[in-house]
Amino acid sequence: MMHIAALLQVADPQLPSTGAGAFIIFTLIKMIIVFTVYMVGAALLTLAERKVSAWIQNRHGPNRVGGRGGWLQPAADGVKNFMKEETYPAAAYKPIFILAPILAFIPALTTVAVIPFGAPLPTRWGLIPMIVADLPVGFLFILAISSLGVYGIVLAGWSSNNKYALLGGLRSSAQMISYEISMGMSTIPVLLLAGNVTLNTIVNQQAYGGWNVVNLTIAFFIFLVAAFAETNRLPFDLPEAESELIAGYHTEYSAMKFSLFPISEYCNMITASALMVTLFFGGWDVPFTGRDNVGPFSGWLTLLSIVIFLAKTLFFLFFYIWIRWTLPRFRYDQLMSLGWRFMLPLALSYIVIIAAVILALDSAGIRRGAMYSSILGAVNMVLVVLVFAILDRGRIISPSYARSRADQLARLKSAASRSPLSAGATD
Amino acid sequence: MPIGVKVLDRPIEDVSYIRATIKGMGLTFKHLFADKVTVQYPEQKWGLSPRWRGTHRMLTTETGKAKCVACGLCPTVCPANCIKLIPGEDENGNRYPLVFEIDEFRCIFCGYCQEVCPEEAIHVGRHYENSEYSRAGFVYDLERLTSQTHPVCEMWDPEDPRGE
Repeated sequence: MMHIAALLQVADPQLPSTGAGAFIIFTLIKMIIVFTVYMVGAALLTLAERKVSAWIQNRHGPNRVGGRGGWLQPAADGVKNFMKEETYPAAAYKPIFILAPILAFIPALTTVAVIPFGAPLPTRWGLIPMIVADLPVGFLFILAISSLGVYGIVLAGWSSNNKYALLGGLRSSAQMISYEISMGMSTIPVLLLAGNVTLNTIVNQQAYGGWNVVNLTIAFFIFLVAAFAETNRLPFDLPEAESELIAGYHTEYSAMKFSLFPISEYCNMITASALMVTLFFGGWDVPFTGRDNVGPFSGWLTLLSIVIFLAKTLFFLFFYIWIRWTLPRFRYDQLMSLGWRFMLPLALSYIVIIAAVILALDSAGIRRGAMYSSILGAVNMVLVVLVFAILDRGRIISPSYARSRADQLARLKSAASRSPLSAGATD
Repeated sequence: MPIGVKVLDRPIEDVSYIRATIKGMGLTFKHLFADKVTVQYPEQKWGLSPRWRGTHRMLTTETGKAKCVACGLCPTVCPANCIKLIPGEDENGNRYPLVFEIDEFRCIFCGYCQEVCPEEAIHVGRHYENSEYSRAGFVYDLERLTSQTHPVCEMWDPEDPRGE
């Protein structure tokens, strides 16, 4: 036991110098707590989604199971899903058909392990970091694992031997590949600023350098859009577009195997929200307080920071549902053009600009602090105005009603006037 | 085949996607706190129109017998052919229905039977909660029809077209 801890210590100097026994026990406790909170959170999220959806549509939502709030609705849904009959389509390739929900579910569960959720807890065995696995490659791990989730979806679509399921799986893979790149690119400015890929370091950097959403708004915007696309949520739910593909990749699934897909979607939502909070909203950093990332730590600070972290994450989960009932689904060409023709060039040029600014500031000898952050913030303001006020003029997404060039318009109008169907139309 | 396409030339401010999104989010957020329109069905119910035509009811005389005189007008007028009537006659020469059955599955709830009835005996009712455990339960016999208590439909009156 002792030499494992010693090896871990050598591999990652950031690990606290707790004893091996304490390390293992505390890790186990953290695993159990995080897993429980995560799964219960995903279950309650199904209820929250239905409730918020209902409120936005001027309805009440579930209010029968477990009192007026419908609190036991997730439990009832779970029981229902376990009781349902498992069906296997005759033409499905069974081994992969069974494997696919598992492949979708496990990456969704795994990623949360590297997200820090609170200030370190001082105990008599040393400082316990509030993170399940304090990986030195933190953020890279998330990028690697979260893109594995697409295998579950693609294999589900393929093994179902159903054309709609296959189309859903293909769309999902195309979408994930397109947005994975923008997502990775959008976080590079954050990593440049923090100088590290460990999520704890990123949180600490934001605790004294200002939240990244203030300094790197465009990176946040790209990350937000990409996170929506990665989790297959509206307006990017093309893989399961009901009006076109029945249910998309999970058309042929039933009972708990079906249920694993929505559960992993909700888990991905939680992870993406937690990641947005960590990368851009200061993680567990308590707002309007300075230096809560350095000691002295206390149990109360840990508790407060966990509550703050959960509150921030809940806001983003609400945001997901809010957007769902605001924006309609993209057309497939809009999805691709937004990903490749707008977000990727924007993310790349943003990396260049931010890297240049950081290089300039560093070589000018400006220390990280208020001055540094305000210069970054000023640069950011200019860029935000550029992107949101000038670039956003029918160019972000090509809508069917975008202004056409005069010659195109004349050609379309003359074609329309020649059409036999528009005979007698005045316009 | 070419179709007539209406080509819109919108002003450039209208195609700002982010502005439109924020506007839409404001709208949906307002709806979060708006009054709810749901009617909590088993506890709350909508009132029915006085001319609602639901499952039938046979009215009775003071002595508790069905008002029906088995004249045979309602099975004749019924467009769905859902009324089964076998007339009988007692020792005083009064006609009464030996069998009077309405198959509510076949019925199209047109209300002709109520309109045509000279004795105002058969009525369509203001009622919609009709679940049964078997299909046979939907063939209402005379006993079932007379024991129903729900209010009956008020037929449209040409003198009073708005029902006032």
